Amino acid sequence: MTTTLYQIGTFAAGNRLLAPEQRAVQSSTERGNAITSGHRACRGCGEALAARVVLDAASRASSGRMVTVNATGCLEVFSTPYPESAWQVPWLHSLFGNAAAVASGVSAALRATGRDDIRVVAQAGDGGTVDIGMGCLSGMFERNDDVLFVCYDNQGYMNTGVQRSGATPPAASTATTRPVGTSVGNAFGTGKSLPLIAMAHEIPYVATATVADLHDLEAKVVTAMSMHGARYIHVLVPCPLGWGSASAETIRVARLAVQSGLFPVFEAREGAVTAAMTIRAQVPVEDYLRPQTRFDHLFRGDGRPDVVAALQERADRNIARFGLLAEQPDNPPDGRPQDPAPLEKETP
Amino acid sequence: MTLDVRIHGRGGQGVVTAAELLSLAAFDQGLHAQALPSFGSERTGAPVVAFCRIDEQPIRAHDPVDAPDLVVVQDPTLLHDADVLLGLAEDGLVIVNSSRSVAELETAGLRLGPGQRALTVPATDLAREHLGRAMPNTALLGAVAAATGVVSLHAVRRAIAERFDSRGRLLVAANLRLAEDAHDMVIATQEAHGAETA
Amino acid sequence: MLRQLEGSRAVAETVARCRPAVVAAYPISPQTHIVEALADLVTAGELASCEYLMVESEFGAMSACIGASAAGARAYTASASQGLLFMAEALPNASGLSLPIVMTVANRALGAPINIWNDHSDALSQRDAGWVQLFAASNQEAVDLHVQAFALAERLSLPVMVNMDGFVLTHAMEEVDVPEQDDVDAFLPPFQPRQWLDPDDPVTIGAMVGPGAFTEVKYLMADRQIRALDTVTEVAAEFRAAFGRDSGGLVRPYRTDDAEVVLVAMGSTLGSATDVVDDLRAEGVAVGLLGIGCYRPWPYDEVRAVLGGVPRVVVVNRAIAVGAGSVLGRDVRLSLPGGTTVVHDVVLGLGGRPVTRAGLRELVLDVLAGQVPDETLHFADLDREAVHRELAREAALEEAAR
Ligand SMILES: Cc1ncc(C[n+]2csc(CCOP(=O)(O)OP(=O)(O)O)c2C)c(N)n1
Ligand code: SF4
Ligand SMILES: [Mg+2]
Repeated sequence: MTTTLYQIGTFAAGNRLLAPEQRAVQSSTERGNAITSGHRACRGCGEALAARVVLDAASRASSGRMVTVNATGCLEVFSTPYPESAWQVPWLHSLFGNAAAVASGVSAALRATGRDDIRVVAQAGDGGTVDIGMGCLSGMFERNDDVLFVCYDNQGYMNTGVQRSGATPPAASTATTRPVGTSVGNAFGTGKSLPLIAMAHEIPYVATATVADLHDLEAKVVTAMSMHGARYIHVLVPCPLGWGSASAETIRVARLAVQSGLFPVFEAREGAVTAAMTIRAQVPVEDYLRPQTRFDHLFRGDGRPDVVAALQERADRNIARFGLLAEQPDNPPDGRPQDPAPLEKETP
Repeated sequence: MTLDVRIHGRGGQGVVTAAELLSLAAFDQGLHAQALPSFGSERTGAPVVAFCRIDEQPIRAHDPVDAPDLVVVQDPTLLHDADVLLGLAEDGLVIVNSSRSVAELETAGLRLGPGQRALTVPATDLAREHLGRAMPNTALLGAVAAATGVVSLHAVRRAIAERFDSRGRLLVAANLRLAEDAHDMVIATQEAHGAETA
Repeated sequence: MLRQLEGSRAVAETVARCRPAVVAAYPISPQTHIVEALADLVTAGELASCEYLMVESEFGAMSACIGASAAGARAYTASASQGLLFMAEALPNASGLSLPIVMTVANRALGAPINIWNDHSDALSQRDAGWVQLFAASNQEAVDLHVQAFALAERLSLPVMVNMDGFVLTHAMEEVDVPEQDDVDAFLPPFQPRQWLDPDDPVTIGAMVGPGAFTEVKYLMADRQIRALDTVTEVAAEFRAAFGRDSGGLVRPYRTDDAEVVLVAMGSTLGSATDVVDDLRAEGVAVGLLGIGCYRPWPYDEVRAVLGGVPRVVVVNRAIAVGAGSVLGRDVRLSLPGGTTVVHDVVLGLGGRPVTRAGLRELVLDVLAGQVPDETLHFADLDREAVHRELAREAALEEAAR
């Protein structure tokens, strides 16, 4: 089921306005708390929110029999400032690029020692996933190791001060892609989609989600935890510091990413898309770009309507490719999108 | 003449920038200066410290300032942390960003030694007025110029203009007015009472 | 022209003036400001015909530099700590292939526990990787060493690592004279690779070498490193002549004449140590300082010449060799065979704990008062209570298990 109610500010966190059986676990005051308050994330950190929701759901789904492996990055740094730890679950941090392999090792050990009722969840930022971690991750996928790998995608290396990653969108200003000279920020025609790469491994389950719909995120974690083998969830998590968005706007910005079509939310099994979250009313990408200072240069002075148009095209392509528009005639009635069309690399 | 400065504030308040601006101002005046951040991996809101050394002689050392002549406190809630005044020289000065008076701060727990002085500047209020946001660092530098005389307001202004050059003329102008306002406010208080002494 | 600049910015501008053709880098604290500034300069078109590769890892960064250098381009990267280790497989490859790559290392501790702050564990862990390793005492020297590094690397056809203390130098804003473009151009001729992947004159780079010749290849590598000692001195002298400043070179003795005790240190500690030496000398304490500017190749003769007759030497180690003692201290001891010099191997300033002037002063006085051992590694500035408590706890656990 895809939820149709939007969350309305903090009053409705976890969809408290929904009927009890439809509510997110986060709305329960009795819920577990994998990551406690008091950690050092910035106000409005999307990654902190997503990590809590993901691990709470995974923890529930495994009745607390779960081990977490964490790559280096903001999540690791803000949650474990010596001598404190915000983690209420068994948690291991090794290095930046090896979380998937470390998790494979944990999983193998649990199997070898007859404790395979204990589940393994690995988590990393986009850098730790799509860039430096991709070799180990691809190996984990290819071997179909029994690991759920969750990527918190804030579209840059936030922990080291907001540099570009392979998940940074075109035109974004980062510390290494400043719009100086004739540059429009991060170059068009670069970057990658790890969900699509994961699908190419034909692993049991791949899903994308955002912090704009925690219920959907939870449901995907629960689905993933009900399966075995290599599973991958890619969560879009706005970063107020790196994106230059207001800390109170994290959820709204994530929602705009979905509603504009820039971030398609879908599920795939064994390499094929099985469901996509449809958009009722597509919003122009400009609505998504404007609240983020990392796109300021597109609107300063005369602005760069050509670049905004190129980003709009990108959104439109996603919409066509994943069949995201609810009323689209070529969308099969069961909500299953057609075969994705090939992506073209764009130039502004 | 030397001036060793330690600046306390929170991530996002421009603490490191303040130390850098102060060093730029001193350099502009022909002095030798060094700005050092305290190198945390801190997120927005976490306590941050930065240092600035000013000297007539070239500076060779790179250790943190452990016996400051001047402590600048960008966020008064940090005064509850005993370390803020740690090592302050016996005749040292504390400049606090606060709309309260020194006497009020003392009632609230600020403890100064017999020769130490404090003064307050409502830097956040002034920043809100001039910049439209709570960025108190340039106001406090205006106050530092007024209170120490080691760097001039003119040098502080030049440092601001140089440092914020790429951020646009409006921002530079607003910060210049902000620093000047804080500077004049401190001069006026000093003329009225002399610096308040504990 | 003197300017008040952040160390990283000064280094980035200097590297830009050395006209690298390829920069490949991956961000890691505290190196980030250097590569961010370089990215800005390249994007703004201020570095004509330079390619900046934002690679996916440090392994990618060093590998791209290897490819670029073998294709005849001046290549540069920067890293630190975990990033340097992530390159580790490619480091001896670069030196073994004799590629003149220049790399800045913004020195930082190695995890676990993860720690982003300064010490020398990263560079010293690559002691035997076949790179020339220079250490900067100040940001001015960091800047100057980069100009020298490209000259050195290309003259020797060897990779050169310029070490500058992470945060303490990289993030410090102080006065620096960034050499002018014309002066750099005059000092550093365009890169003339010894060999490159030239279709008109094909070469094979990186062939397998079996037992029949491997030892000989290594002998030649070792020999070239030792010869590099002369080149380091030579380039520093030429730099002095061209720029009028003392920077670089193998060692830097300071007030070591008739010293009772000499401190040995590398990197930014030297500035603070110089102050301490002056203060103590003014009080009549006969103390001196030996700065190591070139760590690899190790300047045996120069170190021996300074320390040979000195009664006591205190080595400030910013890295340890777990299970063996120190790293720098071992090299110092090797330079003093059969002498009467007593070497105190002291560990200070690990993982960002500051090496303060007060701490150095106390150390010297403690050594003179006979309070610092000379057989075992001595951890100065250690919370002894905390470690003893933990050791006692472990001992009790073992006891209970017995
Ligand atoms: C081998 C290695 N290279 C570089 C780093 C420095 N580093 C630590 S975290 C990080 C970026 C993390 O980015 P991401 O994975 O996207 O996580 P985020 O902080 O954005 O959540 C980098 C570059 C490191 N720790 N190890
Ligand atoms: S920098 Fe971004 S990802 Fe990191 S803690 Fe702050 S908001 Fe979260
Ligand atoms: Mg990230």
